[in-house]
Amino acid sequence: MALSGLAIYKMLPQTNCKECGFPTCLAFAMKLAARQVELSACPYVSDDTKAQLDSASAPPIRLLTLGTEGRKLEVGNETVVFRHEKTFYHHPGLFYRLADDMDDEEFAALLDQVAEYEIERVGMALHPDGLAIENKSGAADKFAARVAQAAGKGLALILISTDPAAMEAGLKAAGETPPLIYAATSDNWEKMAALAKTYKAPLAVRGSDGDLDALATMADEIVKLGVEDLVLDPGSRGWSDSLAALTKMRRAAIKKNFRPLGHPVITFPGEATEGLEQETMLAAQSIDKYASLVVLDHFEPAALYSLLTLRQNIYTDPQKPIQVTPGLYEIGEPKAESPLLVTTNFSLTYFSVAGEVEGSGRPAWLLVADSEGMSVLTAWAAGKFDAERIAKAVKSFGVPDKINHQKIIIPGFVASISGDLEEELSGWEILVGPREAIGIPSYLRQLAKA
Amino acid sequence: MSVAMPNVNETWSGRILEVTLGAGPDQGGTRGSTVTVGGETGLPFLHFEGQMPHKPVVAVEVRDQAPDDWSDLLVQAWGDVLKDPAAWAARAEELGAEVIALALDSAHPERGDTGAKQARDTVRKVLSATTLPLIIYGPGQPDKDNEVLVAAAEEAAGERVALGNCEEKNYRTVVAAALANNQVVIARTPIDVNLAKQLNVLIGDMRLDRDRIIIDPTTGALGYGLEYTYSVMERVRLAAFSGDAALQQPMIVTAGYEAWRAKEARTNEGVPAQWGDWAKRAVLWEANTAVTLLQTGADIVVLRHPDAIPLVKTAIDGLMTAPTA
Repeated sequence: MALSGLAIYKMLPQTNCKECGFPTCLAFAMKLAARQVELSACPYVSDDTKAQLDSASAPPIRLLTLGTEGRKLEVGNETVVFRHEKTFYHHPGLFYRLADDMDDEEFAALLDQVAEYEIERVGMALHPDGLAIENKSGAADKFAARVAQAAGKGLALILISTDPAAMEAGLKAAGETPPLIYAATSDNWEKMAALAKTYKAPLAVRGSDGDLDALATMADEIVKLGVEDLVLDPGSRGWSDSLAALTKMRRAAIKKNFRPLGHPVITFPGEATEGLEQETMLAAQSIDKYASLVVLDHFEPAALYSLLTLRQNIYTDPQKPIQVTPGLYEIGEPKAESPLLVTTNFSLTYFSVAGEVEGSGRPAWLLVADSEGMSVLTAWAAGKFDAERIAKAVKSFGVPDKINHQKIIIPGFVASISGDLEEELSGWEILVGPREAIGIPSYLRQLAKA
Repeated sequence: MSVAMPNVNETWSGRILEVTLGAGPDQGGTRGSTVTVGGETGLPFLHFEGQMPHKPVVAVEVRDQAPDDWSDLLVQAWGDVLKDPAAWAARAEELGAEVIALALDSAHPERGDTGAKQARDTVRKVLSATTLPLIIYGPGQPDKDNEVLVAAAEEAAGERVALGNCEEKNYRTVVAAALANNQVVIARTPIDVNLAKQLNVLIGDMRLDRDRIIIDPTTGALGYGLEYTYSVMERVRLAAFSGDAALQQPMIVTAGYEAWRAKEARTNEGVPAQWGDWAKRAVLWEANTAVTLLQTGADIVVLRHPDAIPLVKTAIDGLMTAPTA
């Protein structure tokens, strides 16, 4: 059973050496109790203590690292079933599956598209995480050549084959960073486990039709052989089958501390659906409900962008809205006569407004008031974006020193505070802007004409 | 050595009420089909531990006048029917809608300021153009909502329509209209478990049957607050199953309305190339908003784009299929 932070602290060296990365042994013990770090981060813990603590302190879902610096992907290590209970920590990796028998040109083009895709959203760079190369040709040399080609892109890799000989050829071609081996099955698991050990590669274990007893048994046997970094595939593919299996696995790991299923889970939404749209929707379910690696069969930026956005949403810490620092921001290169807009410091609001102002091609000053991270309407309803707060922002961020006019554009949704704001900012003209950021470019265009 | 998986099934004391929309001739209405949602005894689609006697349904949004601020993609997809709510409703039914969500938008003071008479005309026309149950929304402005929702409730007397939105500021009028005409209400609160509960208690105090309330927790679109709605809905459902009687109603989400406010769906002007094909992106924006909220307990999903209808219905069918293992 799980131990308290204090109970764990008593078993630690209590030297506060900081080598684990935490300031004190107590802080480290607390993290261990919350199962957010591994005991191996402490170099001085005795073997005795280790044995005692290992089962109590290991995260309920083991952390797995794929790929290398720059494009490193960490998955697993989750501690809750519902995101509101704490947060989901490590967002799932999105992979694209490429068959090794694809023609040369198409294969190379897809590699480039996946490797080069990157998009910024709310100040974060989002991108797919890796490539899954499948040995569809059945030929080991063909597989090895394609794996080598993919490895050159520097993304995380999954090698798909149930043939141990082909897999070994692929592993040799994959270079220094070990790829994920997919998969050990009831037919080949001993050989695949041996390969995982030799090449220090993580190993995916594939069950069949959601038989979790059989999957747990196989995973347990493989761990006994000394392969600890596992990924699980319950073998369930359809909407409700996959949801049922992943939910049971998550609960078993988190609520029952059931080790054999305490590993990241992989899904293949394209295998139970027809076409891009259905695959994308089932991938959305995987992101919502407990997948750590999602392997996709259709590369389409429109679909990828919606999945990356969903992933960002679901893996946002519910306790911490993403905020920007309040202040006066320059969009473009505004001059003293450029327009002044005000909004809240909720990140999404800020980036939507800043993006539209930038897109309008008209430089402007954007005053970001401290709304405690709330969006315009929410902040207004909570009294965190009223005339007083806006007036305070105008004064405290030195707006009058930067501009030579006294006009301020407020969001259309808070038109009703115009009167109050006129009183707070005497001599100022209050302009009511559009309700949605998307209306800003045309609004600024009209304003310039007036 | 085989390892046995521990039993992780949850059993709950509470269950979701069944709410029926629409009434056929034998119940005093004229609907060709009725829709019942709710009745769940466990979290969404976990057929191994709970019952889900009714599948979630797709409602399609129809406005009483051609919208002047809709994305070109929507305008092109619907075509001329946008100008005629009756034709629009009939088309939505053909496309697979299971409920028509009629918005009396022209009553808004800034968008026509029409009154009770026009609301009655529109409701009558739409009722005769479709056999499906109706949801009827006011324009979202308290005084006008009161005026046209009361008229609509009377005009549709006996049809068991859902009246929305029933909010803290207007619930008395809307609930009274529902009581007088045997209708259902959509109780909408802004993304907050306690506010949802509080409004349901207030409505209950007016003696409206508990199975005549649908909860609208307020939807955030993908990329625009979806995660807030997601977690609030999960918490509403967990509270309901744990026995909180004030939250045991089915939930409705306005996925289409919200998704199509997002820039990603609305427009293709000046957007990054990485956003990809506009039509695909827009429909998936709506569909993925819907699919994600289905995972948290949405019983009625209100959609906008014709192409989103079959996609979301496919997902619902997949989710309602009991697992083989």
